[in-house]
Amino acid sequence: MTAATPVKESATAAVALSGVTKVYGRGSEAVLALDGLDLTVRPGEFVCLVGASGCGKSTLLNLVAGLDKPTGGAIEVAGDARPGLMFQESALFPWLSVGANVELPLKLRGLNKQQRRDRVAELLRTVHLGDFGKHRPHQLSGGMRQRVALARTLALDTPVLLMDEPFGALDAMTRDILHDELERIYLERELTVLFVTHNVREAARLADRIVVLSSRPGRIIHETTVDAPRPRRIDAPEVAAIAADVTDRLRKEVIRHGQ
Amino acid sequence: MASDTIAAKTTETGAISGLDALEIAGREKEPSRARKLWFQTWPKLTAIALAILIWQAVVWSGWKDPWALPGPEAVFPDLWEYVQTEAFWSGLGTTARRAGVGFATAVAAGLVLGLAVASNKILRAALGSMITALQTMPSIAWFPLAILLFQLSEQAIFFVVVLGAAPSVANGVLHGVDYVPPLLRRAGTNIGARGFNLYRYVIAPAALPAIVAGLKQGWAFAWRSLMAGELLVVIATKTSIGAQLQYARELSETERLISIMITILVLGLLADAAFGAADRAIRRRWGLLDRNN
Repeated sequence: MTAATPVKESATAAVALSGVTKVYGRGSEAVLALDGLDLTVRPGEFVCLVGASGCGKSTLLNLVAGLDKPTGGAIEVAGDARPGLMFQESALFPWLSVGANVELPLKLRGLNKQQRRDRVAELLRTVHLGDFGKHRPHQLSGGMRQRVALARTLALDTPVLLMDEPFGALDAMTRDILHDELERIYLERELTVLFVTHNVREAARLADRIVVLSSRPGRIIHETTVDAPRPRRIDAPEVAAIAADVTDRLRKEVIRHGQ
Repeated sequence: MASDTIAAKTTETGAISGLDALEIAGREKEPSRARKLWFQTWPKLTAIALAILIWQAVVWSGWKDPWALPGPEAVFPDLWEYVQTEAFWSGLGTTARRAGVGFATAVAAGLVLGLAVASNKILRAALGSMITALQTMPSIAWFPLAILLFQLSEQAIFFVVVLGAAPSVANGVLHGVDYVPPLLRRAGTNIGARGFNLYRYVIAPAALPAIVAGLKQGWAFAWRSLMAGELLVVIATKTSIGAQLQYARELSETERLISIMITILVLGLLADAAFGAADRAIRRRWGLLDRNN
């Protein structure tokens, strides 16, 4: 098995990667992006992947989402639905209204009109955008667009959410609020989240477990469990302490590349 | 405790809608319709007035005899008379029908060809550069062959109009599909749009602005080919705008000739305005338009 295959409730792992390798290009041009990565995400776990540039974080998410195939190793994802993927940009369709953006995955799953209307309303309320269904994406702020993108992803009814620096382009204030929102939705819907970021504080604010990746090729060099109670504040001392520790390890990794 | 939770929830909702309100404030106001119309119209009217003024000045300068180059005061009454003739309306009918049928066929052919070439690597390698080559071919250069193939007939005109316009439409489609942002494709695939559905729900609408640009260019080529065709392929039993232009020259009716030219210009402008409106509607929907446009 080399492709992402949905496995029916094998219980212990929501996402399981074993020996995942990804090579881009061929021959002398070949770049080893991921090198024998093993990672198991338990159902309901919130895992943050942090790493400096070139650690293959986005590659990893693409592989789990099934948008790309690994060169070697196996990826297994629990549940019937494919994982939902969110990007740094909202990737909303500009030709559709906010409501229609959220509706499209439901339409593609074959829900009827009435079901779709109810679900869209419910999803937009979930992200506090109940009144904005008829707006166009460009009429919203960056943070609102990311919330629409989250609603669109939730419309897949997938237990696994993959997030590729989803708040990277937002200002600190908006990001703070979206952390609260994501945490609330994650707890309410009992999701499993694999969240990529280069922002160590963000990782310490959100994660149950932080996984630190090395750069070129990407390997796991460190893991930290964050057991501070939720909801956490991003400026809480325990969050800061964990962030400082992870930052030190990342810094060592970056220095190693300079030598 | 319970009341605490409720209070916390309300503040959170309050903060989030407060932030939303701040961030989108002042984004939705648009200038009034009449104001916009006026701002779009007056520069055009001024330009037309200026053009007529220059025309009149050239006539006054005595550069050409009045029978070779009549002034506006001779042409406009003739134009008024012309648009009231039976010949004008039947000629307009023929020309419009040829343009409509030819362009519609070219659009259908161009869309099919463009989509096929865009989605198939072998077809792209084989036909991609051919489409561009066809596009650079001046359509009037097709007429000798068309006349040999179809004689002086409707088919000859149709043939050249379609050949003139279809490559532009196909190129627009090709361009549009090629420039669909990879992020939107990935998002589409992730939410479950695969194969035909990816084309239907993501790629086709994402390519729409480029396709409309292709249609607009295709129309320009079709219109030019048609006018060239109507000048060259005069079918005696059927009057058309182009044929009337040719007759006016043969009979040295310069006023009528310029009247017909103005008619052609106005028809071209109307079609252009229609495409422009479609283009603006799309861009407004997408939020790509400056609020003042």
